[in-house]
Amino acid sequence: MQDVASCVLEDFRRDHAETSEAAFETLFRRYQRDVYGWLLRIVRNPSVAEDLTVETFWRIYRARARFDPARGFEGWARVIATHAALDWMRNQRTTVELPVELPAPPGADPGVAAEIRRKVTIAFGRLPPKLRIVAILAVVEEQPHKDIAAVLGISIAAVKVRVFRALKHLRKDLEGQGIKP
Amino acid sequence: MNAHDEERMNELIRQSIAPMHASEPARDLWPDMLHRMDARPQVPPWFDWVLAGGVLGFVALVPASIPVLLYYL
Repeated sequence: MQDVASCVLEDFRRDHAETSEAAFETLFRRYQRDVYGWLLRIVRNPSVAEDLTVETFWRIYRARARFDPARGFEGWARVIATHAALDWMRNQRTTVELPVELPAPPGADPGVAAEIRRKVTIAFGRLPPKLRIVAILAVVEEQPHKDIAAVLGISIAAVKVRVFRALKHLRKDLEGQGIKP
Repeated sequence: MNAHDEERMNELIRQSIAPMHASEPARDLWPDMLHRMDARPQVPPWFDWVLAGGVLGFVALVPASIPVLLYYL
């Protein structure tokens, strides 16, 4: 699959105008599901994830000359998508609440009441973007720390520090909302 | 916050927020992509160029006007 991306992006790099749009459409249709799925995990809102998917491919289109086929397309696309999501989070003027109508996770403790779940999602929305993105990926989505480090361009140690700081923020926020975790 | 607190917080979060399942976009996003690719960078309207040319011509003819223009900028 990497070969498809490499061939298409090689066309772009060489400015094959007559084939570039068709080639890019092939690339887009091949990878949009992966990019959308990754973005949905971060922003947790289908409509926003769709917009950010387009934004991500637009950034890929503009940055095509910098693509290194040796490093693979999927990883590169994830890095760009993650930064697009981070930019979106930073541009939100008000705190972003994760969708509160999410169903309880499978196997959720019935003792964790809906009200507590709601307060946790609110507290998550109040986290600074760079902590929120790491907390979502590490704690909720349970992505390996090395993968998170790769998409954010930081060290694994920095990921661990951010997770710890995010949990500390959340704990303080929940205590402010009257919940003692 | 010690390791025990950290683990309790992790558990509370996992009990509260479900991971997102892989899914596909609800609509075809390629038309949006095409629209984005076809959008041309905005070029200033012709009268902006005329105005800029006029100001430059005036400044060339009357250099003493430069401080006045700078004052009003």
